Amino acid sequence: MSELIQFLFSGVTVGAVYALVALGFTIIYNASDVVNFAQGEFVMLGGMITWFAHEAGLPLPLAALIAIVLTSALGVAMNKLAIEPARGAPVVSLIIITIGASIFIQGTAQLVFGKQIHTFPAFSGDTPIHVGGATILPQSLWMIAGALAVFLALWLFFSRTLLGRAVMATANNRLAAQLVGINTNFVMTLSFALSAAIGALGGVLATPVTLTAYGVGIGFALKGFAGAMLGGMGNPKGALLGGFLIGLIEALTAGYLSSQYKDAVAFVVILLVLFFLPQGLFGRKTTDRV
Amino acid sequence: MKLTPKSATLLVLAVLVALSPLFFPSGYYYRVGALIFVNGIAVTGIVILTGWAGQISLGHAGFAGIGAYACALAPAHWSLHPALAVVLGAAISALLAWLVGRPILRLRGYYLGVATLGFGILVSMVLNNERDLTRGPDGIEVPELGLRALLKGWGLDLSNGQFWYFFCGLCLIAGAWLALNLYNSPTGRALRALHGSEVAARTVGVDLARMKLQAFMISAVYASVSGSLLALQNKFITPDVAGFMHSIEMVTMAVLGGVGSVLGAIFGAGALTLLPQALTVFAEYEQMVLGLVMMLVMIFLREGLLPSILRKLRGRGE
Amino acid sequence: MTRSDKETLLSVEGLGIAFGGLKAVNNVSFGVRPGEIVSIIGPNGAGKTTLFNMISGIYLPSMGQVTLSGEDVTGIAPHLLARRGMSRTFQNLQIFQSMTVLENAIAGYHLQERGPVLADLFGLPSSRARAKRAEAGARKLLERVGLDRAAEREAGNLSYGSLKRLEIARALALDPKILLLDEPAAGCNAVETEEIDHLIAEVAASGVAILLVEHDMKMVMRISNHIVVLDHGEKIAEGDPATVSRNPAVVAAYLGAENADG
Repeated sequence: MSELIQFLFSGVTVGAVYALVALGFTIIYNASDVVNFAQGEFVMLGGMITWFAHEAGLPLPLAALIAIVLTSALGVAMNKLAIEPARGAPVVSLIIITIGASIFIQGTAQLVFGKQIHTFPAFSGDTPIHVGGATILPQSLWMIAGALAVFLALWLFFSRTLLGRAVMATANNRLAAQLVGINTNFVMTLSFALSAAIGALGGVLATPVTLTAYGVGIGFALKGFAGAMLGGMGNPKGALLGGFLIGLIEALTAGYLSSQYKDAVAFVVILLVLFFLPQGLFGRKTTDRV
Repeated sequence: MKLTPKSATLLVLAVLVALSPLFFPSGYYYRVGALIFVNGIAVTGIVILTGWAGQISLGHAGFAGIGAYACALAPAHWSLHPALAVVLGAAISALLAWLVGRPILRLRGYYLGVATLGFGILVSMVLNNERDLTRGPDGIEVPELGLRALLKGWGLDLSNGQFWYFFCGLCLIAGAWLALNLYNSPTGRALRALHGSEVAARTVGVDLARMKLQAFMISAVYASVSGSLLALQNKFITPDVAGFMHSIEMVTMAVLGGVGSVLGAIFGAGALTLLPQALTVFAEYEQMVLGLVMMLVMIFLREGLLPSILRKLRGRGE
Repeated sequence: MTRSDKETLLSVEGLGIAFGGLKAVNNVSFGVRPGEIVSIIGPNGAGKTTLFNMISGIYLPSMGQVTLSGEDVTGIAPHLLARRGMSRTFQNLQIFQSMTVLENAIAGYHLQERGPVLADLFGLPSSRARAKRAEAGARKLLERVGLDRAAEREAGNLSYGSLKRLEIARALALDPKILLLDEPAAGCNAVETEEIDHLIAEVAASGVAILLVEHDMKMVMRISNHIVVLDHGEKIAEGDPATVSRNPAVVAAYLGAENADG
């Protein structure tokens, strides 16, 4: 029993990062119908820049803030320089552009931060907390709380603020949104900024537990995508739940089946969801017009 | 006599393969040339799948991995001749493409991209983890093909580099010939039709699932043969051949050169294979430059390098 | 020829579909006989194209039955309906844009020209013979719709009216028993409309059953043998052109709406 609880703990811990990545996917997908394969690089940068700034002598909270702001600015730059000029391009082109961005960011990070694995101290120490015969790190609690807080903030933003509603309107119908005077370009820029910031926050929270290196982004991206799909593409609630579920399934697989193939879980889930549940848990059904 | 586009393409390829060695500064370039041809074969498959049928795959390196490891494992375990191992690899790839393709080719766009990506990563994971069979990430030796010795017996004495250069060049020309046959055939037309409008293709009787599956299987065989040739000429192979980066490189090469045309895509394979050679001094910049190239080409030269260049030239001629 | 001379080729019974609880088409029934032109009319949003999409297998109806040559074909995939002799055009053009005009027409011969994929890959004589036969047929069809001069042009560059005719040519290539035409004359000028008009009459005279959705009332009244009127997804009237145009419900729903538009 304690073994199971232990697996569940580690599942929700990584699941929190996947949920944040999935939420990032969701925001950009809703605003622009683009699936941003570089989403995982935001997580990597969040961790890396924090490490770098902390190493340079800045206090951890300030270092984290700098990381989030810089990554967010990078998200905006990516939208302005790579996504906006390619508006209307076929999906294949957009996939290659965002994968290109991902590889570019990785390559640059490798030059700037080196190939080593980095980390920085956990926020509230490393003393494990004992619960029901299992242990959980205080940092895990930070991660879980972070994912939930971001979800809550997004929910308030999208349902209670004018700007948030403008984003939702753009998601539903870009043309109609333009017609009622919403600046859809601004909405897209905002969504990239937000999405990058959320990814970076994920990196800041996770690095003390998962460590970071220049190549970790792609794994986060794929698992986050699996989470977003499982929950139903475009649905924030689904993204949150899907991300945690992927983390749990992964941890249980590693614990009970094979730790070598735990990374395969996300893809098996993707394939199963695509096959049996194409709309995900909370997705909407669509019909083609001809 | 006016050349058809098909014979023009084949002629250009044959001339390139035959005459390029005249300009090689050293024997090393035979190796680079052979690598370009091997990539060209894989990319020709991508042209059929993505350029004509409009279906994306981000996991085709998985099939290259199967082709490569078939050449390493089948001779060692069942003492199969390496040449037959190439055929075996292609058959397994086609079978796997059939199995995997049936469910996932119903998907479109991003979903298809991610599903194929997942497939590719699963293959590379198996190659990395099943150490008893594949010896894991460190790689495994591949036996000699033996054709060079045979040619020597017939009085044609080629260096190892020369042999693989011309052999891969011939394979590429053969692959291009098959693809170009397909383009103007009933099957090729149906593939391009479903790319243009799935709903219209269905109403003229095109069985979408079947046609997409055929394109997927054909392109899987191209990737598999490409992987086999890579393994055989290096006499060694690692799971990287099936890796995510290799899949991305295949698609990038095709799109870079012009995914709609065989010659364009092979041109892209050449450009992207030469890029790291040109950057050897700045090896650390390779990844950065690759990413940058992918973005720039897609943003500014959407139809690919070769078609864009040809258009420029034609524009000047008028 | 009166309507009861021949067996019904296509019969639609109680057909309906709902999108998200909204009934787009409800309980529609009618029949089409060989050589007959049946038109479906009704104001915008009456469900005409949706009805077409159900009959041609693109949407799965939530109620009712479609029968073709006596066989139940409800919900059968479009490519299987094509094999049973159904062919159609689209209201918003569905042209293979990056293929040539000729290739678009040849694509209509897919069912006749398709063969083993390996024969196509290796360019075997059998494959080339199949393609050649299809090309000869396609060229004749292009001549028939007046597009033979544009055969080698990329289809995406043609005018709207030409593309409409190209779609008809492609649909005719299937040698259909029943042809569904969704607004074939939309966007065409008077001369082009008349050409299409003649073409449809000619095809019908050769024994093909024709189901037509069209906004050009003059054309509908001129060429139809039978008219079905839809409003808000329901059939409100049917009959020959003279009867329908006198029906007060039709005048109210359709012509009234038309007048209000104009």
